[in-house]
Amino acid sequence: MESINFLYELLGKNALTITLVVILPLGFVLIYALVAILAELKTSAWIQERLGPMRTGPWGILQPVAEVIKLIQKEDITPAKADKLLYNAAPFIVFTGAYSAFAVIPFSEYFAPSRIDLGLFYIFAVGSISALGIVMGGWASNNKYSMMGAMRSVAQLISYEVPAAIAILSIVVLTSTMNLQEINKLQTGWFWNWFLFGGPGTLAKWWIVPFTIILCMIYFIAALAETNRLPFDIPEGESELVAGFHTEYSGIKFAMFFFAEYAYMFVVAAILTTVFLGGWNSPFGNLMQGPGWGVFWFIFKGFSVVMVQIWIRWTLPRFRVDQLMYLGWKILLPISFVCFLIISLYVMLK
Amino acid sequence: MGELKRLDLEYNQLTSDKMRLNVGPQHPSTHGVLRLEVVVDGEIVTEVIPHLGYLHRSFEKYCEQMTYVQVIPYIDRMDYISAMNNEWVYVMGMEKLMGLKVSDKVEYIRVILAELNRIANHQIAVATFGLDAGAFTPFLYYFRDREHIIWVFEKLSGARLLYNYFRVGGLAADIYDGFKEDCLNIVKRVRKTNEELMDLLILNGIFIKRTANVGILPPDVAISYACSGPVLRGSGIKYDLRKDEPYSIYDRFDFDIPVGDGEVGVPGDCWNRNIVRVREMEQSCRIIEQALEQMDMEGDVKELVPRRVKPPAGEVYMRAENPKGDLGLYIVSDGTDKPERIKARGTSFVNLSVIPEISKGYMFADLILILGSIDIVLGEVDR
Repeated sequence: MESINFLYELLGKNALTITLVVILPLGFVLIYALVAILAELKTSAWIQERLGPMRTGPWGILQPVAEVIKLIQKEDITPAKADKLLYNAAPFIVFTGAYSAFAVIPFSEYFAPSRIDLGLFYIFAVGSISALGIVMGGWASNNKYSMMGAMRSVAQLISYEVPAAIAILSIVVLTSTMNLQEINKLQTGWFWNWFLFGGPGTLAKWWIVPFTIILCMIYFIAALAETNRLPFDIPEGESELVAGFHTEYSGIKFAMFFFAEYAYMFVVAAILTTVFLGGWNSPFGNLMQGPGWGVFWFIFKGFSVVMVQIWIRWTLPRFRVDQLMYLGWKILLPISFVCFLIISLYVMLK
Repeated sequence: MGELKRLDLEYNQLTSDKMRLNVGPQHPSTHGVLRLEVVVDGEIVTEVIPHLGYLHRSFEKYCEQMTYVQVIPYIDRMDYISAMNNEWVYVMGMEKLMGLKVSDKVEYIRVILAELNRIANHQIAVATFGLDAGAFTPFLYYFRDREHIIWVFEKLSGARLLYNYFRVGGLAADIYDGFKEDCLNIVKRVRKTNEELMDLLILNGIFIKRTANVGILPPDVAISYACSGPVLRGSGIKYDLRKDEPYSIYDRFDFDIPVGDGEVGVPGDCWNRNIVRVREMEQSCRIIEQALEQMDMEGDVKELVPRRVKPPAGEVYMRAENPKGDLGLYIVSDGTDKPERIKARGTSFVNLSVIPEISKGYMFADLILILGSIDIVLGEVDR
């Protein structure tokens, strides 16, 4: 398939369609974030034998909307001694970092906002922008807790980017492309063609299957750390650092941080889906395969990964900062290196 | 522009600034209004100075203005998590002073209520400790179960937290029909949840990593700081007033005193202090079951309650094993209906004093856990 964007196909490539292509993921993120917040509220309630929100709308389904309205109308406080420029810019930079990753995420065979051959590389590049925003916010708040949260966040992001990148690189060795759309196309067919199960190939691939599963888990753990979710939420660990880097933020700026966290959760889920879980491919061969179904499968798989993140958050306690570093550098990194070498060996022998 | 900085610094020449961090009184994990002045070197705690007094309510001075009966609601407000136990120490002291011997039924009810309150207190302690470690779900599981204990107390006394139920010489009201069933139900629930929590929290790998070998309190230090309760027993010292100096009718029950045995980590660390509480809940369940079996339902709980509490001149020191440790009350009577002086030995206050000693050299996140494992309640620290 040469053209990968149905909007350009239908309406031609002009200023209007380009704007539309840019805005479409934003609309998706907005709706997704509301759904994810509701899912988080209701899942946590279900895990904890509570009802969760019940008053706003039937079964409380309007609760996320109510929360957004509440946050928008709240007073926007800037601490007196804060660095105003950095303080105000930080939430937007964090969100930009999360949102720019959507540029290459293939929602369907016919829709990925942009076609970049270095898609995976691009995602890792822009993913680090969020860290910059977090440091800016933490430093500019002029609050010791924020500062500590920001410092921890950077340390965490840097250490977890490495195993995550190696896990993804191992798959790139298998696919020999960094284009997310191409990676998806390789996984067409039944679910055993997913890179979680070694990717397409003959039965000779069986001996790398354990390693690809391990790589998928490594990427998932590293992704949890990158999104600052429990058990790795030490940058905002509420029991120690009050609220970490966003202690001083209120109102809409806090909402931006919140929003960025949820957006980034979906970004890592989308990468996991695309690289390991077949992206927009149906798990059942040609059954329910197609551009429309593609969107369904992609969002279904992505959201399932998000739900696992939510599930983990409400189950596990938090790591300590040094244990987190230990896990990242001394456990995940060596294992991912070994997997990388084995997969490279497989590719050489093939 | 200043001078160009020398770039060939060696690492040992680099000194890092220490940061003075103010933890509390509004910090979410100080279990109330404790303020800790913490000096951190990066993430490492080098100095901790607790500042008290944000919840000081002049309990001891107030008591001098009150009649003996009016003191009971004030006692509730000391360790407000385990109000029944506080009241018990006071009424036992008063009974000793006045030479009253309450009936067996009253004693059994008191034991059952005190043990129920011990369970409720330990549930909060373990739950908030888990919360400090970042585990939110166990917190709500324990609060769900604690609710059933509170419902029993509410049915008995009409209050959910500050009961004002014990009286000098008896109780404010008799137990209701179905009290026994309710208690047995609670015992069943507590056991079930504790079993679940062992998997979910206590033996969770991350939780063990966070709490084992952290904040080690050696037995000799624990004794020299006069720690008591689970803090002392967590260090491996088998000391419990219910066994060592049996008051009331505790000598009639068969129960063990759990100590931190270093099953995970070393005795005296946060994990062991916490596990002592979990195991004590099981022992309390055993006491409740035995008490319910032995208890005689007939009898009046108010027969000995005097119209006017007017003890003879004298003084008494009464202490008992509260959930958090020994609570001691020193009551001086001058023969009127108001106490001359009441002095309380607050357990939490004494246990809190060990914080600066054991939290040095650990990380800032550990300090929060150490504080959580000590299980203080600021109502008792400041009084």
